Amino acid sequence: MASDGGHGSEASGGYIQHHLKNLQVCKVDGEWVWNDCAGNFWAMNVDSMFFSVFLGLLFLWMFRKVAKNASVGKPGKLQASVEIVVGIVDTSVRETFHGKSKLIAPLALTIFVWVFMMNLMDLIPVDLLPGVASLVGIPYLKVVPTTDVNITFGMSLSVFVLILFFTIRSKGVGGFIRELTMHPIAPPTKGFGLIAAPIIIAFNFILETVSLLAKPLSLSLRLFGNMFAGELIFILIAMIGWYQLPLHFMWAVFHLLIVTLQAYIFMMLTVVYLSLAIEEH
Amino acid sequence: MDINIGTLVGQMIAMLVFVWFCMKVVWPPILNAIEERQTEIADGLAAAERGQQSLGKAQVEAGEIVDDARRQATGILDQAHTRASEIVADGKADGVRERERQLAVATAEIEQEANRAREELRGQVSAIAVASAEKILQREIDSSAHEDILSKLAAEL
Repeated sequence: MASDGGHGSEASGGYIQHHLKNLQVCKVDGEWVWNDCAGNFWAMNVDSMFFSVFLGLLFLWMFRKVAKNASVGKPGKLQASVEIVVGIVDTSVRETFHGKSKLIAPLALTIFVWVFMMNLMDLIPVDLLPGVASLVGIPYLKVVPTTDVNITFGMSLSVFVLILFFTIRSKGVGGFIRELTMHPIAPPTKGFGLIAAPIIIAFNFILETVSLLAKPLSLSLRLFGNMFAGELIFILIAMIGWYQLPLHFMWAVFHLLIVTLQAYIFMMLTVVYLSLAIEEH
Repeated sequence: MDINIGTLVGQMIAMLVFVWFCMKVVWPPILNAIEERQTEIADGLAAAERGQQSLGKAQVEAGEIVDDARRQATGILDQAHTRASEIVADGKADGVRERERQLAVATAEIEQEANRAREELRGQVSAIAVASAEKILQREIDSSAHEDILSKLAAEL
């Protein structure tokens, strides 16, 4: 595929298109259909889901193995490296999240390692896994789950649900509504200004709702955008033939930074949003 | 890159399960191990510190004991020296005394013997003189006539 790149804009366009297409399954007229699901709201990206769940299980299997055999006095090399990650996450959470919650730290760890592993799939040569898959008859395969906006949205929506849950748990429904309507401009409570109060409340509500919804949206689109762009550049580099190797190497080195950074940012912002949810303003 | 419910909900469910699993069985044991080790290291350092301190104390104590022993040993040595010279001096004095005593005894004995010998000799000489005078006088003079002269002679001897 890389070898027939560069022969014409149509061929290269097709190559890119092919690489950006998910392996999909959906139900049309009561029948399960593969890859003919354009615009179908109920479809599922099988490749994204597969790699996402596979990597999640890999993460849990590895960490569970360490947790089961965790030794206080003589940690092995795997335990030491796992403990470094756990230590980093634990420190970050302790510094940022000031409430007491058993959920936050494991959540942050899961997000960090899982997103990191999903991002890391970007460093596998872009044609390798799809090439192998095409040999066994799978026409499309996107191997980096975080370049699928559904995956990042799925994660940020879970975070969003947690934000709402934490807000309501610590401030009550009334507190949540007050937070949406009484900030940032406090409406007047007496005298002539009372007439302006509904307008101010409406203004506050619009402003706060937008900022609330912007949290999951920006969280998911930031990760998706970075990874999608990185993947696209890998695909473009793969199209230039044999000269791709040094370029590919350079971009991979740079991308390694993005992979780690984006995983860390996703984790940190989750923790920050949740700590904002429990804090009084 | 269109949104579809299957992937979205699938990912949410996967995340829920993974986070729950991580919270239940992955995070606590690992963090426990880390925290336990931190406590153990802190305890170990404190124990080492205490050990160091007691070692220093013990060293000072040992030094004191050694010094004490050295002082005692010096004292004992001095005493022994004094005692030894005393004994030697005593011995010398005893020896001198004994020698003098023995000497005195011997001298006295010698004198006694000499006196006795002299007495004996004196008696024998007078007897011999009398006998010899008797013999001479038996021939020439009557002993009873010259008795006074003879006894005068014996007294003079």
